[in-house]
Amino acid sequence: MTSQVEERSTTLRVEDRSALGTFRRGLELSPEFRVGLAGTLVLAVFATLGKVIVPIAVQQVIDRGLRDGTPDMPFITQAVVLCAVAVLLTALCGYLMNVRLYRSTESGLASLRGKGFRHVHDLSVLTQNTERRGALVSRVTSDVDQISTFMQWGGLMVLISIGQLLVASVLMAIYSWQLALVVWGCFLPLVIALPRFQRWVARAYTQVRERTGDMLAAVSESVVGSAVIRAYGSEARTARRIDAAVDAHQKAQTRAQKIIAFTFPITELVGALAIAGVVLLGVELGIGGTISAGRLVAFLFLITLFISPLQTATEVLNDAQNAVAGWRRVLGVLDTPADVADPGEAGVTLPRGSITVAFQNVGFHYPDGPPVLHGVSVEIAPRTRIAVVGETGSGKTTFAKLLTRLMDPTSGRVLVDGADLRAVRFSSLRERIVMVPQDGFLFDGSLADNIRYGRPSATDDDIGLAMTELGLTDWLEGLPSGLSTPVGQRGESLSAGERQLVALARAYLADPDLLLLDEATSAVDPATEVRLARALDGVTRGRTAVSIAHRLSTAEAADEVLVFEHGRIVQRGPHAELVRQDGVYADLYASWSSAARTS
Amino acid sequence: MPSERDHSPTVMRQGLRVVGHAIRTEPGIFTGAVVSSAVYGIMTVGSSWALGWATEHAVLPAFREGHATTGTLLTAALLIMGVAVLKAAGVIGRRVLAGVMQYRMQARSRREVTRQYLRLPLAWHHRHPTGQLLSNASSDTEAAWAPLAPLPMAVGVVVMLVTAAAAILLIDPVLALIGFLIFPAIAVLNLVYQRRISPLVMRAQQLRAEVSEIAHESFDGALVVKTLGREDAEAARFQAKADELRDANIAVGRIRGLFDPLLEALPTLGVLAVLLFGSIRLAAGDVSSGELIQVSYLFTLLAFPIRALGWVLAELPRSVVGWTRVQDVLNASGSMEFGAARLESSGPARLEVRGLRYGYSPDAPVLSGIDFEAEPGRIVAIVGPTGSGKSTLTQLLVRLIDPDAGQVLLDGTDLRDVAQGELSGVVSLVPQQTFLFDDTVRGNLALGTDGDRHVPDEKVWAALRLAQAEGFVSALPKGLDTRVGERGATLSGGQRQRLALARALVRSPRLLILDDSTSSVDAQVEGRILHGLREGSPDSTVIVVAYRMATIALADEVVFLDHGRVTDRGTHDRLLARCEGYRNLVTAYEREEAERAALGADEEIVA
Repeated sequence: MTSQVEERSTTLRVEDRSALGTFRRGLELSPEFRVGLAGTLVLAVFATLGKVIVPIAVQQVIDRGLRDGTPDMPFITQAVVLCAVAVLLTALCGYLMNVRLYRSTESGLASLRGKGFRHVHDLSVLTQNTERRGALVSRVTSDVDQISTFMQWGGLMVLISIGQLLVASVLMAIYSWQLALVVWGCFLPLVIALPRFQRWVARAYTQVRERTGDMLAAVSESVVGSAVIRAYGSEARTARRIDAAVDAHQKAQTRAQKIIAFTFPITELVGALAIAGVVLLGVELGIGGTISAGRLVAFLFLITLFISPLQTATEVLNDAQNAVAGWRRVLGVLDTPADVADPGEAGVTLPRGSITVAFQNVGFHYPDGPPVLHGVSVEIAPRTRIAVVGETGSGKTTFAKLLTRLMDPTSGRVLVDGADLRAVRFSSLRERIVMVPQDGFLFDGSLADNIRYGRPSATDDDIGLAMTELGLTDWLEGLPSGLSTPVGQRGESLSAGERQLVALARAYLADPDLLLLDEATSAVDPATEVRLARALDGVTRGRTAVSIAHRLSTAEAADEVLVFEHGRIVQRGPHAELVRQDGVYADLYASWSSAARTS
Repeated sequence: MPSERDHSPTVMRQGLRVVGHAIRTEPGIFTGAVVSSAVYGIMTVGSSWALGWATEHAVLPAFREGHATTGTLLTAALLIMGVAVLKAAGVIGRRVLAGVMQYRMQARSRREVTRQYLRLPLAWHHRHPTGQLLSNASSDTEAAWAPLAPLPMAVGVVVMLVTAAAAILLIDPVLALIGFLIFPAIAVLNLVYQRRISPLVMRAQQLRAEVSEIAHESFDGALVVKTLGREDAEAARFQAKADELRDANIAVGRIRGLFDPLLEALPTLGVLAVLLFGSIRLAAGDVSSGELIQVSYLFTLLAFPIRALGWVLAELPRSVVGWTRVQDVLNASGSMEFGAARLESSGPARLEVRGLRYGYSPDAPVLSGIDFEAEPGRIVAIVGPTGSGKSTLTQLLVRLIDPDAGQVLLDGTDLRDVAQGELSGVVSLVPQQTFLFDDTVRGNLALGTDGDRHVPDEKVWAALRLAQAEGFVSALPKGLDTRVGERGATLSGGQRQRLALARALVRSPRLLILDDSTSSVDAQVEGRILHGLREGSPDSTVIVVAYRMATIALADEVVFLDHGRVTDRGTHDRLLARCEGYRNLVTAYEREEAERAALGADEEIVA
């Protein structure tokens, strides 16, 4: 059920723009693409003109240079030199066009990536639906790569191909409209059939991609699950699963390759048909005197200009399709409004110091979902220790997310020092309220890098002092390289408990006015936990501490306990009082107590 | 190891050796691909000859004489078509077979590499980062065999060039000379091109991976980024890498922009030269008009395929790097040695640990001098502060890793003497970090137990019941057949832990090891699990790593671990009485409460 709720809450804006609409909106968001576009296009036209130099030269030499059987050498020399100069000039145009194209597209895409990345961090999807993270990564990586490939290869090919076909067709029509019809008569059915070929190829590629995903997933089990596989002796089973995935991948690859191999030479066959047709009809026309020999031969060269654009057309179409889809997805992210937006300059900056938090009749439900929290009104006085308890799904975590403004309430208000949380600048809010989540996520780097993450200006001495205050020096000294110990990707070189210690030290060093712990010490031993709890309370420093925990020792130590059930606060008060009342808390406490006590 | 930018002759030679290995492995397919490609090469030259023949014998005479013979015209048309059909057949054969060969080699390497991953001991896995092992099996195997795709084409091009050289030499030595100047120039230029561009492309590729890594890490740590207000810093970190990628791509574009037009201009200039000098030769009567057209046409046809030689050479350095990495995995030694001893199949096991020492690096042992035993049917708790080596100890007990010194004995047999595959049928570990396979609930629990014989559903349900997972599993849309894991149904941490526990219980292990494996489970649920274990599995000896008092209280004996040593062992009560470290650890909550109570009392007195 929880998964359904999450699903609803995390829908990104659905993009249903047409290809053209996508293109237009894309250009709007990345004005860099348009810089110098006109000049680039003009250069592209000139570069394309270079393709017809050879057919024209052949025609001129045959029809004028070799007209009477004796070559007109001065003319031929002049024509060849002129053409050579033209070739070099068009090559130069090609160079300039490429450089300009790469510069403008890459600049546009780099800033698109940056905008997308920054925007994703503003979307609550990121912190609420962990399964969607991989997809969000693609938005700023592979999706943008697809646009990049298209702009520098496929898109360029479209321009050049169309230009090439156009120039060749025009020249053909000038030389002989009848032969031009023959050529088009041969190629037209192919052009009509191309989208079908492309669909086959696209489907085959899609299958390859899917099989690649399965293959990588199967392979990764043998690495990520290495301990479980060995502990349970399931090597043979894993090997079978990998083999099946690798075989399926290989089959899909081979199949795609076959489809491409069979569709690819069709263009050349059609080209040969066109050449044969031109020779047959051309000779007829030549005998009638409607066409010169040079023009006829030039046709043979012009037909080759048809082949490469049509040969690459399926791939270009594929490329274009992927790029539009990718672009649509990137724009989908960018056009999803930041549901929890930073008020920025217009917002309130609160002074540091002791903090008052008030929930006023706060309700929350995910879009189209049932209410998760209703009518929560509570005030958290400065310098207090609050414990939040309740069963899984009772609304504790939602409460925490609203307090840290990872989400906004659907009704009611959350106030900090009298200011609506929505009006407080993020820079100010994050300084004052910090949450330590259960999963102590660490970044690849040293221990010191991670502890310093929330306060980059902290010196090693600051860190040392913090570790002493938290009573962690003993643990730190036991590590092979102390503060410079590398933690590995996602902190995997440390144990789960050690990761939590680092996450706590990180939050402690950031020194907020309100520290929110979401089961932040669940994997830490009791003695360390108690020591940490004392240090973190830091009541003397004027700090408020809010802890969500299923170890009720935290609740015992708190000034006030908030008991959640079914999205409401059903009980509140100090532990000693609540434990005497009949109710949810007494039950929770009884079962915890029996599990945790010595006697 | 060769660097990715290295184009030295040694690397080229190594690259050819890699290619040679592939040819020896798939000689039939390779021969087929090369023969097809040769047909394609010869027919490419053939098509220019057909065109020349048509011009000389059909077109020009018709224009000169004002009439044409139908026979000659038809022959010309058939010649053109026939050559084209053969060429197409060559292309299809070449492409299909090259693909078959490349993908076969790729799949073979992937199977070999992953077999190694499954065979090599866990200690080897610990020494290699996850990301590296994944790319060894994916991108490195791909890179190793990448030259196989253009290889047959390149061989075909060589055939094409030889045929073309012969054809032009037969026509005219002067025109041949132009060819001998232009085509080597194209080949050399293309080689220079590939050498200049491939390190740039590789760098862009590398940066693309780095950009993606930052995005992954940053989004995975979103909660930390957000709650510490570091979004802008993260965005700056990402943008810096994205800008590096932009510059790398622009550098690629500059080289591409320079060489692509040049490579296109060279053959065009060649054709123009042929027209100029050919006309002179024509005037001298040394060539015919048809031959002139044939050579010009041949030049336009050869311009593109000749680049294939460069493609293969460009792929070689990358291929050598990929191949070397794959070989490093395949040649990795340090396999776990197994003995021949068999173990009893039922009844609780007796565990004995003697003088155990282990370190991830030799100079810093994580565990040393560990001694304890667990009598059959007993529950032994391992208790110790965070970072004291408890999880490492559990890995030694199930022989995921071997000790540097000392022994782990099961029923008196050293684990190293136990036959392969025997141990996992007897001992089950539930690790601290839950790992679920991308499979159904049933598949995750069974994991090929009983040599793949079907595990009866009753047994699966019984294990789920004991792990307190029966309720939520029966509520899943497809029950036991619901997919879980990476891409499956969303389960909470506690639910995942309970499935992992059921996975161990379904095997009715003689020795069950729980490494803090109920940390995400509610206290009540945990209580029911522990009660069930105590009552329901008299056939198991249980080792449990725990902090919670309820768990410890179940234990017959406690082993207290501190800084990698056994500080004390005995019953909970004894340890409580005599071991200060233990007392401090397990009574932390109570002392805290007592202190607070005392403090409260003081306050009341003061008030």
